[in-house]
Amino acid sequence: MTPERAETLEWLMQRVSAMVLAVCVIVHLAVIVIAVQGGVTSKEIVARVGGSVPWLAFYSVFVIAVALHAPTGLRNILREYTSLGRRATHWIMAAVCVLILVMGFRAVVGLYGLGA
Amino acid sequence: MSKDSLTVEIWRGREEGRFDTFEVPRMASQTVLDIVTYVQRNLDPGLSYRFACRVGVCGSCAMTVNGKPRWTCRTHVDKVADEGTLRIQPLKNMPVIRDLAVDMTEFFEKWTKAKAHFVPTTTRHDDFAQVSPSDPKRKEATAGIECINCGVCYSACDTVAWLGDYLGPAALNRAWTLHNDVRDGGQSDRIKAIAGTGGCQACHSHQSCFELCPKHLNPTASIAGLKRATAKAALKGEI
Repeated sequence: MTPERAETLEWLMQRVSAMVLAVCVIVHLAVIVIAVQGGVTSKEIVARVGGSVPWLAFYSVFVIAVALHAPTGLRNILREYTSLGRRATHWIMAAVCVLILVMGFRAVVGLYGLGA
Repeated sequence: MSKDSLTVEIWRGREEGRFDTFEVPRMASQTVLDIVTYVQRNLDPGLSYRFACRVGVCGSCAMTVNGKPRWTCRTHVDKVADEGTLRIQPLKNMPVIRDLAVDMTEFFEKWTKAKAHFVPTTTRHDDFAQVSPSDPKRKEATAGIECINCGVCYSACDTVAWLGDYLGPAALNRAWTLHNDVRDGGQSDRIKAIAGTGGCQACHSHQSCFELCPKHLNPTASIAGLKRATAKAALKGEI
């Protein structure tokens, strides 16, 4: 793959992941607003999300979208505001992507496991 | 300052320098270029600046006026001297040669890098190409064609300031007009040249170029068109 194609597909991936995130954030916030109406407890959260395959799927998509979206933006910021080279910013982007995936899925799978 | 005169601060030197202050007589319909010319001819012959046509055609006389890039020959003092003073500096994002004259070499080199030149596909022996003014691609080209290469958009662009290899709004706008030119034969090379690092994807759509373009062009919209074109080319594996 040429560098031009790779950069363009990365850019496209960031836009598409932003669209997915827009939906995910709205659903996430809407559920929070509805759920806190009668006060919120960890027991209630586990009862709703724990062991639920649809919520597991939803938050898995959420985590993947963040892991694709955020590192690309961070790389662009590093390129514009620092003198770091292209190779360095690529590795930082990859590391942040892995970090978000690990931390995100640890939370998602952990919460699912509590109710399973 | 009185109503009959204007206090003008003008940058002197290169990257390092100072502002010199002048009192310039006010006249009706006076332009910023008239002010600079008055200073150079009457008060300080050593002042360096660049101009040619004086009527908004050549794109030579752009300068930073009260913080914003302007074509000075068509910028009336009344419109920009907010508090009765003028501060005139060279364009930003270009090396200063001296005083108000900047080195535009890199600006034009980026046009070359973007392959923002026409590549003919016919010879003088062929018939004229027939392009309808109502053709959608022709309309896109027409919307961006009147660029005078003044450098105002390039000077106003934050991304140019942040990312040294960014091609800039002017070169990309020209690439977009050529992208929509059915007679042009350089499409595949050009789309590759404007994709990737420093290309159209680097644009943040701040729209300073659109806000300040003296010809009222919209380079941001042209760049958005190029983003769509490069995305399609990348998906098809054409770049």
